[in-house]
Amino acid sequence: MTKLKLYSWLAGINLFISAFTFGGGYVVVPMIRKYYVEKKALFTNDELMEMAAVAQSSPGAIAINLSVLAGKKVAGMLGVLISAICSIIPPLVILGLISNWYAAFAANQTIMAILKGMQACVTALIIDIVIDMYQLIREERSSLLNALVPLAFIANVFFNLNVIYILFISIGICLVHTYAQQRKEV
Amino acid sequence: MQLFWTFLKIGLFSIGGGYAIIPLIQEQVVHQQGWLSEKVFADIITISQMTPGPIAVNTSTFVGMQINGVLGAVVATIGCILGGCVISISLYQFFQQHQESIYVAAALKSLKASSVGLIMSAGFTILLLTFFGTSELSSGLLAHFDWQSALLFGVALVILRKFKPNPIVLMCLAGFIGFLIY
Repeated sequence: MTKLKLYSWLAGINLFISAFTFGGGYVVVPMIRKYYVEKKALFTNDELMEMAAVAQSSPGAIAINLSVLAGKKVAGMLGVLISAICSIIPPLVILGLISNWYAAFAANQTIMAILKGMQACVTALIIDIVIDMYQLIREERSSLLNALVPLAFIANVFFNLNVIYILFISIGICLVHTYAQQRKEV
Repeated sequence: MQLFWTFLKIGLFSIGGGYAIIPLIQEQVVHQQGWLSEKVFADIITISQMTPGPIAVNTSTFVGMQINGVLGAVVATIGCILGGCVISISLYQFFQQHQESIYVAAALKSLKASSVGLIMSAGFTILLLTFFGTSELSSGLLAHFDWQSALLFGVALVILRKFKPNPIVLMCLAGFIGFLIY
């Protein structure tokens, strides 16, 4: 792919993905996988997971953070700029257009019905990628990492533990574990 | 300028994303700055859920628009995403540069595992929303079971697992089915 072609592909794909980011941003992860990993093979599933982890651990919207990281990976700093700009254009334009008559928009039955259908699909997309990602984690063959996935889930859903604590605690556990293993080997 | 700073702050402190950050935005925009009323804010959340894009970005666009037109919207949105972009790129660079260190590698692995758990919990929340119309866990939940949505979800998941279709095509299709059945 020539440089120019890569840049315009990046711009187009970010506009496209962003225009379909319904339901809170996580759906960007399966979208990036489809276009960057499966269609173009620009990076691997494992690298995608690293990026998703970093995007998740940083402040701000995971959707934007992830698009920017993917842009950086495939096209450097210019890729970052293109991805950032193109992923905020669709929400800017759409909200700009409807901000004046949003009350009518929110009460529209047809729009509600379409969105409800899309929401069921977004749910399926997220569950689908969670299954695949969990399989990747299992391939590491580490019972500690295996256990972290359900633990983080339970801590977040049932104990409402703040994301930042969950991330710090799991880093802490893994560091202690690595340290203990090192000691054993020495 | 005030717009930019406020949203830079919102962007920087909104770790976890999605629905978790709504109270934070509300505190800043409604209570501290008094830019919007509770009522308008509630409307914005509804709109944000209906329009594409992350909620924080949508809210910043909307608030910026109300206060200072298109320029306001652009300024607020850039403020909102700037912190996250800079930090996530630096963090990623850090992990890349220190790959050989077993401790850095262990930290990254733990982040990967726990973030899968967190994406799982985001999936669980939206699953509740789809099946029962609410994300609160309560005993009366089952009474609101929406079998049409559950069925649509099930079919979409099977299609995804089996045929790996284009997600956007599938979303449009699901939207169209929603239009027909609801």
